[in-house]
Amino acid sequence: MPVFWLLLIVLAMSVVGFFFSRSRAMKSAGGDSRSLHSLPKYYGTNAVIFTAVPSLLVMAIWVFVQPVVVDQTVSNVIPQHLLAEGSTLDLTMSDVRRVADGLDTAVKMGAMSEQETRDLRASLNDVRGRLGEIGVALGSDVRPEVLRAAQKYRAMSAAGNQYMTFVVLVIAALGFAWAVWKTNKDFRARNTVENAIMVLLVGAASLAILTTVGIVLSMLFETVNFFDLHDWTDFFFGTTWAPNFRGDSELSILPLLWGTFYISLIALAVAVPVGLFAAIYLSEYAGPRTRSFAKPLLEILAGIPTIVYGLFALLTVGPLLLAGFGEGGAFGVDWMKGATSVLTAGVVMGIMLIPFVSSLSDDIINAVPQSMRDGSLGLGATQSETIRQVVIPAALPGIVGAILLAASRAIGETMIVVMGAGAIAKFSANPLESMTTITTRIVSQLTGDGDFSSPETLVAFALGLTLFVLTLGLNVLALYIVRKYREQYE
Amino acid sequence: MTDATTSLLTPDAHTKKRNAAETRFKMYGMAAIGVGLAMLLLLMGTILSNGTGAFQQTFITLKVELLEAKLDKKGTRNLEDLKKVTTFGYTPLIKNAFGQVVTETGIETKLKTKDQAKLLSKSAAADLRNYVLAKPDQIGKTVEFTFLASSRVDGYLKGRVSRASIENDKNINVAQLDFVDQLKEAGVLKKRFNINFILGADASDQRPEAAGIGVAMAGSFFMMLVVLALALPIGVAASIYLEEFAPKNWITDIIEVNISNLAAVPSIVFGILGLAVFINYMHLPQSAPLVGGLVLTLMTLPTIIISTRASLKSVPPSIRDAALGIGASKMQAVFHHVLPLAAPGILTGTIIGLAQALGETAPLLLIGMIGFIASNAPGGITEGLMSPNSAMPAQIYEWAKRADPAFYERAWGGIIILLVFLITMNTIAVILRRRFERRW
Repeated sequence: MPVFWLLLIVLAMSVVGFFFSRSRAMKSAGGDSRSLHSLPKYYGTNAVIFTAVPSLLVMAIWVFVQPVVVDQTVSNVIPQHLLAEGSTLDLTMSDVRRVADGLDTAVKMGAMSEQETRDLRASLNDVRGRLGEIGVALGSDVRPEVLRAAQKYRAMSAAGNQYMTFVVLVIAALGFAWAVWKTNKDFRARNTVENAIMVLLVGAASLAILTTVGIVLSMLFETVNFFDLHDWTDFFFGTTWAPNFRGDSELSILPLLWGTFYISLIALAVAVPVGLFAAIYLSEYAGPRTRSFAKPLLEILAGIPTIVYGLFALLTVGPLLLAGFGEGGAFGVDWMKGATSVLTAGVVMGIMLIPFVSSLSDDIINAVPQSMRDGSLGLGATQSETIRQVVIPAALPGIVGAILLAASRAIGETMIVVMGAGAIAKFSANPLESMTTITTRIVSQLTGDGDFSSPETLVAFALGLTLFVLTLGLNVLALYIVRKYREQYE
Repeated sequence: MTDATTSLLTPDAHTKKRNAAETRFKMYGMAAIGVGLAMLLLLMGTILSNGTGAFQQTFITLKVELLEAKLDKKGTRNLEDLKKVTTFGYTPLIKNAFGQVVTETGIETKLKTKDQAKLLSKSAAADLRNYVLAKPDQIGKTVEFTFLASSRVDGYLKGRVSRASIENDKNINVAQLDFVDQLKEAGVLKKRFNINFILGADASDQRPEAAGIGVAMAGSFFMMLVVLALALPIGVAASIYLEEFAPKNWITDIIEVNISNLAAVPSIVFGILGLAVFINYMHLPQSAPLVGGLVLTLMTLPTIIISTRASLKSVPPSIRDAALGIGASKMQAVFHHVLPLAAPGILTGTIIGLAQALGETAPLLLIGMIGFIASNAPGGITEGLMSPNSAMPAQIYEWAKRADPAFYERAWGGIIILLVFLITMNTIAVILRRRFERRW
């Protein structure tokens, strides 16, 4: 039974449970709701929770676990000699899945009967041809072992689905029966319901942890796979990034790190002075009217999607720089070869970060106590002297924190560098050359047709993990600094 | 006093220097604001000047004689027979129509009708065929049909293509441009509003003139549906627990630090998570809006949790105390009193989170929402969630990558539409906040 129908049945059961339990509770109280322990609706809700929650939870876990179990069992069926021919288990398994999906489609479209799919023999039937007829294209002829594995795969999935339907329905029925059986006027329905809701609330809150664990684990596993295939010293300490599909790729993170840091540096060189001075002006000089229109306008820059900045870099800023520094350009120099360059991406990213730096710094400067300003002004310092010698030093830790947060943003930014920075990994100090970054490489390694067992694809996970650790480190450091500073003046 | 003549009213050199420094410093601040605003203006100006063109398209209106001899030799109007006539069967009709226009308007041209017909989009014959298949009773009559002009012709009218720029262009030549001028004067060729760009599907990279963002919009819509259905309840539940019930201990501390860090994780990392967990592990269909929605949900959750907690925090404790005082349980106090009072703030935060998710591109690249052409708008909810589709920002990226500059105009136009959505959402959020926010 499809999951969707199962879901509907369980939900229908719980709706029935709601009304049934409510009326049962009322009946046990003799129609007088005052002699019930809880309000009538709690008895109904109790039935809903016990019918739906455990069964749906089991269903969710089952849907999640079944493919893994089936994969494991089926991959044990595949004989070793098949794998020796330069193919890997993953590749063969994806073949198996494709054939199994193809057979599913065939049954759905009525081209084959269920019995037929089980009786197929690769030696007798032209499986590829028959699947091709209904629009399922297979890359090569189906080998007998793969077909047998696919048939087993389908059989196990079908059996698993049947068991799941059975188990889920039994659990739902048990929950239903229990809730109905418990329902009488002395049953503390509200307490039970509230405890159950509490469990749900805690579950929702721990989803955040689960996400983090998911991020770390998913990348960690693939990274470990990557280091099995590729030397870790080359990844961390090599100097060349040159993926190819001959199997001798040089995958080193250093040139990518250099590109990332260079672009981030330029972005910060644009964003920090502009953002900081804007924040100083807004918080120290500007009247309420200037502030009320300039601040929201600047913050619009932060709300614009990064794809817009990417397009701006690719189609406006890049060609503009090329017209200045390229061959036959306005400055008469030939320093730039194409529109994509470190400077292009850096400047545009800087624009994006201006409001980020300015609004964070604005908050921090505003948090500096007025008495410190008054003291300085009273001693005869001008306003700018007060700002430079009193306010900024006092706010410095917070401002550093803000800059670190902006840096973490810059390092993790993807669309601007994908569209504006270029694709060549190299060490160069020339900001007009195109260079590449960690995020750009993640996108290009994972959006190609590579399979998930080659180091060229898996390296993306190692890069992702590095990126995650890097940005996390910067964030934690920044939050630590900001928090420590805040304690000083509160 | 060696300098008894100096008055406090006439500043000395040192004071002048200090005052000049003061003015300079203030100028720096103003300049910084100016730079920021100038960048905003530049960005908006670029978007508007490059993108508005996409909403207009060049059309050529021709009187096409739908010859029965060509389209329906048997004269039965049987749909199966009509379908056997391929687009090649329709091309001569279009050529004839051009010949007729030339004689009617008295245009003098040396172009052959074959070259004249090249001014139309490559899909012209197919469009005509679809029209005939939909209305077989028109066969034998002469109908006025509006064809899409090719992207080069369109570019010529919009100033993107000029006589100088087409020297090496195989698709169009100077004689054809002259003919375009003549057609324009005769009123046959016109530029007008193009609804297909807003509602239509993407087209292959040979036909930029036919590309639209409508189907990608549907993809974005279904993703937002998933985000709303998951992120709002989960986010609110998590915030209620953390704000109202959680004991102060190391576990809640970890959860809190975790959430604030998740908010700062680069979006591409969520894409990697989606690829590894939803596609490689759970085998959900690639490029499906469901997967995109799940990934964006994980990404938006921290934003929603943070804003929900802020609005729960702003409800004064006296409300809770009053509810508890008349015998409500803690759960009832929260769900019946605190939550409704915090609802406007929660809604505002959710809309802002959704707007963020709507514009996000990077994770969508990794789960495969680019690189193919979704030709039909999804029929229902299941199809909308499960069948491959694109999303607005992914579609814009796709267009920006294509070689033909005609697609750049589409990309900018797509950005205008995307920004209209974002501005609308943010305006709603601001209005909600102004209208319902209560200061205690």
